[in-house]
Amino acid sequence: MIVTAICLTFVVFFLTNLYPNLEKLAKTQGNFRMSDEAVESWLNKEGYLQPLPIKYGQWLGVLPGWTHETDAGVTGRCIAGTKPAEVAAEAPRFCGLLQGDWGMSTVFREPVSDIIATRLALTGKLMFWVMVLMVPMALLIGVLAGMREGSATDRTLSTFSILTTATPEYVSGVIFIAVFTSSTVGLKWFKGTATSAMEDANFDNFFLPVLTIALYGMGYIARMTRASMTEVMTAQYIRTARLKGVKFSNIVIKHALRNALIAPFTVILLQVPWLLNGVVIVETLFNYKGFGWTLVQAAGNNDIELLLAVSVVSVVVVLLTQLISDIGYVFLNPRIRIS
Amino acid sequence: MEPLGFGDIVIRILAQFLPVWISLVVLFVLSFAYKRRLGLYGKLFDSPIGMVGFALVMFWVFTGIYAGFDMIATHDPLAQLSGMKNKLPGTPLSDAPDGVLPWYLLGGDNLARDVFSRMVHGATIVIAIAPLATLFAFMVGITLGLPAGYYGGRLDTFLSFLANLILAFPVILLFYLLVTPEIVLTGLPQFMAAVLFFFPLIFFAVLIHSRYRTQPKKDWTWLTIVLVPLFLFYAAAINMRGSKIGFWPLDFFDIPPGILVVFVAVVFVNSPTVFRIVRGLTMDIKTRDYVAAAQTRGETPWYIMLWEILPNARGPLIVDFCLRIGYTTILLGTLGFFGLGLPPESPDWGSTINEGRKLLSIYLHPALPPALALLSLVLGLNLLADGLREESLRD
Repeated sequence: MIVTAICLTFVVFFLTNLYPNLEKLAKTQGNFRMSDEAVESWLNKEGYLQPLPIKYGQWLGVLPGWTHETDAGVTGRCIAGTKPAEVAAEAPRFCGLLQGDWGMSTVFREPVSDIIATRLALTGKLMFWVMVLMVPMALLIGVLAGMREGSATDRTLSTFSILTTATPEYVSGVIFIAVFTSSTVGLKWFKGTATSAMEDANFDNFFLPVLTIALYGMGYIARMTRASMTEVMTAQYIRTARLKGVKFSNIVIKHALRNALIAPFTVILLQVPWLLNGVVIVETLFNYKGFGWTLVQAAGNNDIELLLAVSVVSVVVVLLTQLISDIGYVFLNPRIRIS
Repeated sequence: MEPLGFGDIVIRILAQFLPVWISLVVLFVLSFAYKRRLGLYGKLFDSPIGMVGFALVMFWVFTGIYAGFDMIATHDPLAQLSGMKNKLPGTPLSDAPDGVLPWYLLGGDNLARDVFSRMVHGATIVIAIAPLATLFAFMVGITLGLPAGYYGGRLDTFLSFLANLILAFPVILLFYLLVTPEIVLTGLPQFMAAVLFFFPLIFFAVLIHSRYRTQPKKDWTWLTIVLVPLFLFYAAAINMRGSKIGFWPLDFFDIPPGILVVFVAVVFVNSPTVFRIVRGLTMDIKTRDYVAAAQTRGETPWYIMLWEILPNARGPLIVDFCLRIGYTTILLGTLGFFGLGLPPESPDWGSTINEGRKLLSIYLHPALPPALALLSLVLGLNLLADGLREESLRD
């Protein structure tokens, strides 16, 4: 897993540090009419022209940061601004991800770690409510549909879950905004932006973004639950229970549900990377300035340090959920635990 | 001239789609007549869900094709006519040129272009890119997934590691890193295209050679017939004058770099999932008796993979192919929504939704038609896949 994380961050590092990207960075930081030589000397001064593995090592914090001596003093990765040699000697040698130094964002002019922390908290709030809405709804739909395969309830609910999986966030979000918030239709039940929900989330400004993300993920989980529920309902021990004369509701709740919910559990956790996509779209659509919004800003403005940090966080989140789902699966399913 | 009422708009739009209705009716009548002779495709017409899905999909396929020949759209999707900015559906044109419908059936967008024509032309873009990109992803996934599942061992570990690597990337992050003008300048998409587009060549070469290995004459004829045109296409597709790969002399068409990078990104994102599915199916089918029989006959491993295992894995693969075209359509829309890759004035659905959403609280009509179009196409593909799954499970 650590190997995967290192490989992925290296790929991101490579892609963001391609020369045209650096050239653009130099021009936005310096001035737009820089000649090619000026760009080169600026990049050299800022340490961007070193070989890629070395740069990566410095960013990660396993290689000492670069220093550059001129007549005016010493500049370096771990030194803020130009300092005389004596002061520079006291600066730490290593400064990278592992030392907690995530660099400065060129767009927001703030330390990257601060931005990530605040934005991640906002997105965490969004994700929490998405989970609260999505998981019980999806399980309920799946169980109700899978209870009696082929019944009218099953048909309706299955069609509904197909419909939700076929509606990407940018379509359902646009439809919701059009129907519930615009002055043309006139319902005006909710607010079309969630900007105010960042400080003070309430039903009016927060329900639509949450619903938009939840709907897309819901269909898939519901279908998985339905599949596993139908499988359990045809099992021998359910038939035995029915023949014994146990009430149908009792069979579903006490006998079937426990076994039927093992498979959806892993599916829910594996949905997290997908939700990350949804978060980016919905935060852009509803102008909620969370993690996904930061990703768009960082990528759109070529903010290398911020983009790298965003990628690290999202990759770690994805890998962690995979790990948790593996562990949880073993924990929930005794058959695997014993063998 | 008077603005059109609601009923008039509906009637005129339905009339505009006339060639599509005719084609749909002909297709369905023919399919029903020869239902029993058409295999799985014929069985599709036994399931109502599958039929609805198929009709939705074919509606957009025909629309896309006919719009490509300038048939259904009423106006030029890029033309801006004066006085039509953000006008409501059914608004008449102030000075209509001759031979052009004198109304904007679904209104004008904020650059005074016809929403209806843009939606129709958006179908052409989706129909041109999505199935082809999915096909390429399948070629890559099959060519790598079969040996990984069949041989197992180190090859499997390595390829699975790579696939998981790509799958662990959030898709949007990958798009933002890959699909930018700066990356296009470095020529990276072209190199990726050179690798990814080579897989169909390998696939067909191995497919033919493993079959006719013992009949050299037939082998060579087939190889030449298939591989020479494919190679010419391959070389022309990745080649472009004035870029990093520009040496091939027979460059008879150029793919615009925006389209190429979108195509490559979508194939790249889709192929690991296909790889995993094919690998899983291969590992399952490998244990069957007919594979053991082929092994005893002394067939080569590639013959067994491509001519014994692959045909028996076709059911789940066809179902997944339908679902994956839908997913590719969603991905294309996502790219358009974030303004990546395709030029900003292009009429594809994602870009149109993105433009329309900015004025959504005042004007609904520019954003809703492409959104509903995308929804219905993906829904159709999902229903079609569902119908196919049901019918293929039945026997």
